[in-house]
Amino acid sequence: MWAPFEKRLRESRIALLTSAGLYLKKTQPTFDVERERANPEWGDPTWRAIPAGVKPADLAAAHLHINDEDVLADPEIALPARLLEQLAAERMVGSTTPEHLSVMGYQERSLEGWREKTVPELVARLKDQAADGLILAPA
Amino acid sequence: MMPSVAEERRAPRVVGVEFPFGHAFGMPGDRSMQRQVLELALRVLAGAKAFGTRVDLDLEWPVPLREAYRLWQPKEASPIVKLLLESGRPRG
Repeated sequence: MWAPFEKRLRESRIALLTSAGLYLKKTQPTFDVERERANPEWGDPTWRAIPAGVKPADLAAAHLHINDEDVLADPEIALPARLLEQLAAERMVGSTTPEHLSVMGYQERSLEGWREKTVPELVARLKDQAADGLILAPA
Repeated sequence: MMPSVAEERRAPRVVGVEFPFGHAFGMPGDRSMQRQVLELALRVLAGAKAFGTRVDLDLEWPVPLREAYRLWQPKEASPIVKLLLESGRPRG
């Protein structure tokens, strides 16, 4: 789907979405990798909101299809929240959303849960946060 | 990352980088590389004029391809890979 980007970048609020399976290890449940192990053609379609100011040490990753050592060492390779804050401070973009979004990149082929529940919820969250644009980072 | 896959999935705007899975913005700790990717993504987001715009970033991954492929693999094969190996069939 195409939507033109009508604002100037420096006046826009930008959000990030990673599919690296990042979550807040103290306050959020992990993505359901145990169910995926039991049913390998299934992938957890839920999502997590990650505060823009999250500390790297507060993040964990649940994604059975990648080696997560690098993303845990430096989450900016999947969710460059600090860098985006820096670009906002430099006025390349207007601001960042208060939260960014995280999903787990391996999904069931039908994408039923994804289409019917996950995407509408993500869109609603982005609208709530007045996001003008979203950068998707696949993993 | 895998821009051809993004195009197949009909992403409206694509920045292509030839980086390993899990490394969409580059090498860990390499702020310059990460910044180049994010800045280009933002410029493509705001500046693309048509559906399917793709801009590739010509940055070479600083690890030889074969080693990089080995490094991004999970330590244990994913459940679907295990299943396919056991059944000897391709997915789908």
